[in-house]
Amino acid sequence: MQLDYTSLAALLAAAEAAGRPLSELVLAQQAEELELPPEQVYDRMARRYGVMAESAVQGCDPALRSASGLTGGGAAKMKAAVEAGRSLTGPVLGGALTRALAVSELNAAMGRIVAAPTAGSCGILPAALLTMEQEKGCSRHACVMALFTASAVGMVIARNACLAGAQGGCQAECGSAAAMAAAAIVELAGGAPAQVGDAVAIALKNVLGLVCDPVAGLVEVPCVKRNAAGVAGAFVAAELALAGIPSAIPPDEVIAAMKKVGDAMAPALKETAEGGLAATPTACRLRRQLLGRDGGWEPRP
Amino acid sequence: MNVFDIVGPVMIGPSSSHTAGAARIGAVARALLGSQPVEARIELHGSFARTGRGHGTDKALVGGLLGFAPDDTRLRDALALAARQGMAVRIAAVDLPDAHPNTARLYLRAAGGRTLEVQGCSVGGGSIRITGMDGMEVLLTGESPTLIVVHRDEPGAIAAVTEALAGRRLNISGFRLDRQKRGGNAVMVLELDGAVGPEVTGTVRALPQVLHVTLLQPV
Repeated sequence: MQLDYTSLAALLAAAEAAGRPLSELVLAQQAEELELPPEQVYDRMARRYGVMAESAVQGCDPALRSASGLTGGGAAKMKAAVEAGRSLTGPVLGGALTRALAVSELNAAMGRIVAAPTAGSCGILPAALLTMEQEKGCSRHACVMALFTASAVGMVIARNACLAGAQGGCQAECGSAAAMAAAAIVELAGGAPAQVGDAVAIALKNVLGLVCDPVAGLVEVPCVKRNAAGVAGAFVAAELALAGIPSAIPPDEVIAAMKKVGDAMAPALKETAEGGLAATPTACRLRRQLLGRDGGWEPRP
Repeated sequence: MNVFDIVGPVMIGPSSSHTAGAARIGAVARALLGSQPVEARIELHGSFARTGRGHGTDKALVGGLLGFAPDDTRLRDALALAARQGMAVRIAAVDLPDAHPNTARLYLRAAGGRTLEVQGCSVGGGSIRITGMDGMEVLLTGESPTLIVVHRDEPGAIAAVTEALAGRRLNISGFRLDRQKRGGNAVMVLELDGAVGPEVTGTVRALPQVLHVTLLQPV
């Protein structure tokens, strides 16, 4: 099958023409490319989904803390608020926020996670899929399949822009994860291929320009909360697209714009911890407290 | 690139470059030494030195030296486990001019006395490059089976090794050669396609110009 991941529009047109969800086309093509039976490729993805599910549970431990002590325990608080009926937005968004915080806080605490597409943005996609499974009744099989749709979106972004904060800022990392998650949600909700494209475009448009400015250079502040915002943005984009609201700018053009914005971003705002939140007085104080004046280790004697 | 590059790898957080990549540098260094080191002196450069403690770079490197994979939850406790297994570990910051910001240099000693100096960097997404061995420049990624051949720098050495590989129907996908001085020792790094069995090391070791052969399986 000819799928080359250079254009999302072409992928979605192929799905439309075949009358099948994008995930099915991607699974078949990847099985060919990896020279494996489709069942094996599916099983490998299902194991990754299993790791995602475990990480969302482990991350809800109220005692969880990162080595720096900057993050951990947030997911437990969010979960308690949802379970007590104190969530403003209810179990779907509240549950998604809980799961995104859980996976991201577990990552910061040296737990086992699936990079999706990166470790810094690892909470967004699992939170979207697990919420669709646990709050909206989607089957585990459908959620595993939706990971193929999300991956296809990620491959197009990787090919035409980038996925690393050091290259494109947080828009490339959490933004791409949100776009991937939005595509997965739309497919799980039964949306048409064109709506998958609209959701990708909307999710990415809404975080265009977001910088990567980690306090003390650690994947913690503001990364953990941007994972929560990322899954919320994925649901916003999917909800709008499923309601039939199109994106005025097509997804491939949004991806190209993201690349240009990333290229124009100052190096201080691309994971170097020299700008944005990382340069605030509080961040500078935390950096000195956590790392000492020169960093983590004494120089060689 | 495939779907598992986008949804994956499965890894111990928090950073694919500073944690997962560091674990792979440690694992490759262990494989190159040929056994678990009893002594490891580790120097960290650039971002590895500045943010390594918060990213668990030290634990990941030592975990790799203990033979743990990047998704092994024991990475978290690697420093304590190394102490328990009798591995002496010392870590220091160092400034290496022109090195990649995520660079580690490891000085290792095996129980039998063999020593090895390895320099490697983590280039993003968990991918690594080993750039130095015992002061010689090499380039290996640990992603495909790799032969590291230390040999005398004399005419016909490369041809002898590549012919031996061709005789075993092995295809070379990457090649690099470096030497200390003309007529001294040289090191050849050959990345190979497909599965490579351990018997190939005997074939190459038997060549007259060859002094030492290591087969590194993908890490």
